[in-house]
Amino acid sequence: MSPTTTIDVAAAARAHPARLRLGRRLRSRSAIGVLMCLPLILLIGGLVGYPFFYSIYLSLLNKRETAFVGLANFRYLLTVDTFWMVFQMSFLYTGLAVLWKAILGLTLAVVINTLPGRGQRIWRGLSLIPWVMPLALSSLGWWWIYEPTHSALNWILALLGISPKPWLSDPSWAKFSVILVNIWYGTPFFMITYLAGLKSIPNELFESSAIDGASAWQRLRFITLPMLKNIIAITVLFSTIVTLATFDIIRILTRGGPRQSTHVFGTYAFELGIATGDVPLGAAVSLFMFPILAVCAFFILRGIRRSTM
Amino acid sequence: MTLRTKRSRRKLTLVACYGILLLFVVFFLFPPYWMAITSLKTNQEIEGLKGIPLIIQEGVTFQHYRDLFEKTDFLIYFKNSVLVTVPVVFISMLISVLAAYALSRLGFLGAGVIGTVVFLVYLVPDSLLFIPLFKIIGMLGLLNSKWSLVLVYPTLIVPFCTWLLIGYFASIPKELDEAALVDGANHVQMLVWIFLPVAVPGIIAATIFAFTVSWSGFLYPLAFLFSSDQQVLTTGTVTSLIKGDVYHWGGLMAGAVLACLPPVLLYVFLMDYYISGLTSGSTKG
Repeated sequence: MSPTTTIDVAAAARAHPARLRLGRRLRSRSAIGVLMCLPLILLIGGLVGYPFFYSIYLSLLNKRETAFVGLANFRYLLTVDTFWMVFQMSFLYTGLAVLWKAILGLTLAVVINTLPGRGQRIWRGLSLIPWVMPLALSSLGWWWIYEPTHSALNWILALLGISPKPWLSDPSWAKFSVILVNIWYGTPFFMITYLAGLKSIPNELFESSAIDGASAWQRLRFITLPMLKNIIAITVLFSTIVTLATFDIIRILTRGGPRQSTHVFGTYAFELGIATGDVPLGAAVSLFMFPILAVCAFFILRGIRRSTM
Repeated sequence: MTLRTKRSRRKLTLVACYGILLLFVVFFLFPPYWMAITSLKTNQEIEGLKGIPLIIQEGVTFQHYRDLFEKTDFLIYFKNSVLVTVPVVFISMLISVLAAYALSRLGFLGAGVIGTVVFLVYLVPDSLLFIPLFKIIGMLGLLNSKWSLVLVYPTLIVPFCTWLLIGYFASIPKELDEAALVDGANHVQMLVWIFLPVAVPGIIAATIFAFTVSWSGFLYPLAFLFSSDQQVLTTGTVTSLIKGDVYHWGGLMAGAVLACLPPVLLYVFLMDYYISGLTSGSTKG
């Protein structure tokens, strides 16, 4: 199946003329293989590879795209205060959201895994609903939940004797609010991958440790977490990419406001590149994400190779 | 430890588990619940500040849903979403099935590299490339056309589906295709008559994924489409149903609920396929 075995067989066919027919058959096989992959190659080359290099080219142009300005767009961005806020917010958002999704997802997975078999299905099914709803539309629902005077959240706070909060109109609360929606949306994904990982841990490990008198905490600390180490790492890295690339939630809830305090790379690039028409600057903002994505992708690939070998 | 204390401890653990689960489920299900009841309340009840807003007190109304069909472009958005999603799913599945078969069975020079590239492309988010794609769509003359989405959505779908299907195809025993090849079947026949039937669960999981991604897409339509007659459900509901300074929460939530319904229903009926697709990454890879 790997390319090296193909070469070996082809070399063997050359050495033994009697096997020539096999060699020809294999060559036609690889021709068919390339042919069947052609749509995929064209799609990825034309609409992922080409746009990627094109976006690097665009980011090196001036606003009217008439002249080559080198790295001026990137240098300019680093002098803009708003861009530093975008930088900070992107990392705050990604860091806090991924951390909480991982903690809550693991808690939920362990709790569901403790239930008797039949009940697991229902709770797992209900817990996945946030992940299933289109994010743009559930963000719209959250927008209404955060509405300060007529909606649910401040009403519940009043019930508890807490003063109403400006969920989306105060910079700090707005940051909290968008991160909360991301945690709501992403926790189910963590839960489902961790639950699949928990199922793959042999039950004997838990049974023998229970006989040895290990407490629930010790079982979590010395069996569950080490056994899930690889899955936890891959899920966290994967979610880091998706969370850093966030767009829908912030675009719908705050549009980057109030006073640009909740912009992340995606929404800021949209604001500059599409809404105000400075395509090169927008492309440059997007490209700032790339090094982080590349590092995560590298470690995900390594983690997956390691777990399949 | 006696049997009785062990049993009561197990009981205690379960009570704690259900308590925690209840908190989670309230957190997870409150937004859809709140959306649904708002869409069924009268405007007076939504605007009024009396009583408990968490339940419907002044009677259920379907007026918001009726208005959605009669007074807004909602049906156009719905139709556009269907018109985009059907070809996207079909094209994506065709490309994925062909590629997955070739990559899992026809070992050829470069197959390993393509496999790795496919995986890396799966990790490329839409917010990285929407600006160059905006320019490319413009060059192709597809700006403000819903068909631009048919072109770009497969890039978000095909890598994952190919990867998922490679896993399913790899589990089909090699003896099966050798037998078929001896019988004189060609690769297309083998794919259609042997691989597809065996990999039905994988095909369903991949199709659900394709449908959900295409139906939920927001950034690309927001960037590429401007006029109301081209909008799909996500952008149409978010941008066009909001009119002026007074938000019509009832109508807005009715639109959001209806737009959410197809993927949620698909999930409810095909949950096991959905989950097997979602977790194949972590268990197989």
